[in-house]
Amino acid sequence: MTNTKINLPTEHCETCPAFTQLEQMGIKVGDFERVVALAGNPNTGKSTLFNALTGLKQHTGNWPGKTVTRAEGGYQFNNVKYKLVDLPGTYSLLSASQDEEVARDFILFGQPSCTIVVTDATALERNLNLVMQVMEITDKVVVAVNLMDEARRKGMEVDTRSLSRDLGVPAIPITARSGHGVATLLSTVAEVIEGNIPVKPMRVEGTPEFQMAVSELVPMIESMAPGIPNARWLAIRLLDGDSRVQKAITSGELSEIVSRQYREDVQFSKKMSVEGRQ
Amino acid sequence: MSNTTITPNDIISKAESLRNNLSTGFRDEIVKSIYSEAEKVANRAVKTATDKRYDLDQKIDRLVTSPITGLPIMLLLLGAIIWLTVSGANVVSNAIATVLFSLGDLGRNLFTQIGIPWWLTGFLWDGIYLGLAWVISVMLPPMMIFFPAFTFLEDLGYLPRVAFNLDWMFKKTGAHGKQSLTMAMGFGCNAAGVVATRVIDSPRERLIAILTNNFVPCNGRFPTLIMLATVFVAAAFPPALTSFIAAGTVVGVVLIGVAFTFLMSWLLSRTVLKGEASAFTLELPPYRKPNIGRILYSSIIDRTIFVLWRAMQTAAPAGAIIWILANIHLGDSNLARMIADWLNPFGLLLGLDGVILLAYIIAIPANEIVVPTMMMVYMGAGMMINGPSSNNAIFDLLVNANGWTMLTAINLMLFALLHNPCATTVITIYKETKSYKWATLSVVITLGTAFLVTFLTASIAKLLGWV
Repeated sequence: MTNTKINLPTEHCETCPAFTQLEQMGIKVGDFERVVALAGNPNTGKSTLFNALTGLKQHTGNWPGKTVTRAEGGYQFNNVKYKLVDLPGTYSLLSASQDEEVARDFILFGQPSCTIVVTDATALERNLNLVMQVMEITDKVVVAVNLMDEARRKGMEVDTRSLSRDLGVPAIPITARSGHGVATLLSTVAEVIEGNIPVKPMRVEGTPEFQMAVSELVPMIESMAPGIPNARWLAIRLLDGDSRVQKAITSGELSEIVSRQYREDVQFSKKMSVEGRQ
Repeated sequence: MSNTTITPNDIISKAESLRNNLSTGFRDEIVKSIYSEAEKVANRAVKTATDKRYDLDQKIDRLVTSPITGLPIMLLLLGAIIWLTVSGANVVSNAIATVLFSLGDLGRNLFTQIGIPWWLTGFLWDGIYLGLAWVISVMLPPMMIFFPAFTFLEDLGYLPRVAFNLDWMFKKTGAHGKQSLTMAMGFGCNAAGVVATRVIDSPRERLIAILTNNFVPCNGRFPTLIMLATVFVAAAFPPALTSFIAAGTVVGVVLIGVAFTFLMSWLLSRTVLKGEASAFTLELPPYRKPNIGRILYSSIIDRTIFVLWRAMQTAAPAGAIIWILANIHLGDSNLARMIADWLNPFGLLLGLDGVILLAYIIAIPANEIVVPTMMMVYMGAGMMINGPSSNNAIFDLLVNANGWTMLTAINLMLFALLHNPCATTVITIYKETKSYKWATLSVVITLGTAFLVTFLTASIAKLLGWV
């Protein structure tokens, strides 16, 4: 990881219209309009992308478990301010280790407007496990297929269109080191948040009894916390006896988060309608 | 009951009753189907040119993680690092000791000449300065070689391969496979190893990893092992073989430590921390060409200087305490000698002696200073003022003047390996577990093992008439 200096935009990108609209905001994330989470396996170039977008210099630890916190930064794209949250690199979201809990709690309770899952094109299968687990929690997912240059060098060809079709969410090929594809990624994220690109994440069905159990729990959760976006995932976690989720439900944390989210939505729609009229 | 008022407790009890109806493996089923779906999606999207698939990384991995060659390669690497450390440190250590001890002589003479009272001269030069000089000459050289070598393997990406090789053994003991990673970190520093256990998700397995981390010798204890292996064990062999025998002895001691890690993990997972080992996925990251400049920087500045500074902070007061103890005269003895004499019967029972135990008590804040403390107590008891700067002088001081035998040396190595964690590690264990009980248990388990093992070897040796 010696090559951490990234110049964005690069020379030939200057002429690209999308890039002229990216502004690195460093840690000035005071009044952002949207929150984007960055998830991914360790060593996939998550922090390289984070540094490229925010202009920050996040240090990367090469020990899983050394980084158990998250980093935040900001960027502006198309005159919209985004807060970017770099989550710890994890292989899954199912276990109770501290790094995975930080990532999972943020995607679930931090309610990001969109989650980018950075994947390693040279080890796609392992990376997709995490993508599918993130898609269990939230619909608003964009998959960034990073390290495309390395994949090509290894003689691999990654068909991101087939990937998008199968996963039901956009998959964008990028090379974070050179900045290639990053502009497309950002505009896709914006479109997904605005609802211009429909998302229909692929989800694992499970056994019939399991489906029945989930379908019994989901309405209960929804009636307790109307408007909750991930009742299905909460139901699955409850069936699994996840104490963190149990605590969130009994302590009222969940209802509180949902109502806060709702308020923000109202504000956001108001703002949109005002801007729309202008 | 009306359906409009669903309380959180309703949901949780409902979930519990539903869970009981599900087949027990439903979670595994879901995980399995996620994996198989991921495989299908990936296969559809990725086209691989088959001839390029097996690159160098995979060829190396086949060798270093193979059931046949994996473990021998691991032992060879460990042996090579320790041999480098032993043979390199020996030369530098003697040079540093000579310089520092003659500086001490100069300072003492200067102070005496300009009429500074004897007690102040003694306190400063024979107490604090001597403590510092000892720690630097004993610790600095091995650290300067061991830390860069260890960091090199870490940056190369070898440590996850170690975890891969040892996984099945840890699983058999009922512990987590990632414990081999935290164990490896323990070689650098046990407190760091305890913090590294955060990568283990199950609290039960994490506690096992925490409680047994101390059974691998940290960098503070390596110098003790290296000195004893060189001065005692290797001295019995021709000079040409010295460094190999010494390195082999230290590797042997490390393996005993690893054996105790397994034994204790097994005992814990069958008694106070019962349970099954959990499965985990371990990724073998690509090998990366280590950046030599960065290795030198992080191992010398972040690790060596950091650890040495910590050792010096405890060595200075420890040196002062020893000097005071040795200079409070009661009759024709002094306080240090009296405490050592009082501890002696117990020490002899363990194949050690009273001075060694006293050194261990003074060295509780940091294990690094055990050997220096020991030497100073022996010398403070009237043997010599100058520090012995060569291995022969150390041998002379210990064997001829203080009655050490091979049993003393071997048992001291075992004791250094097995005894309680240093204060920093115990505090770290408390911080990580938030429990006095586990922090206390970590001391009881290790100290108990150390007492038991040394008592047994001493008794057997005496019974067979070896000493």
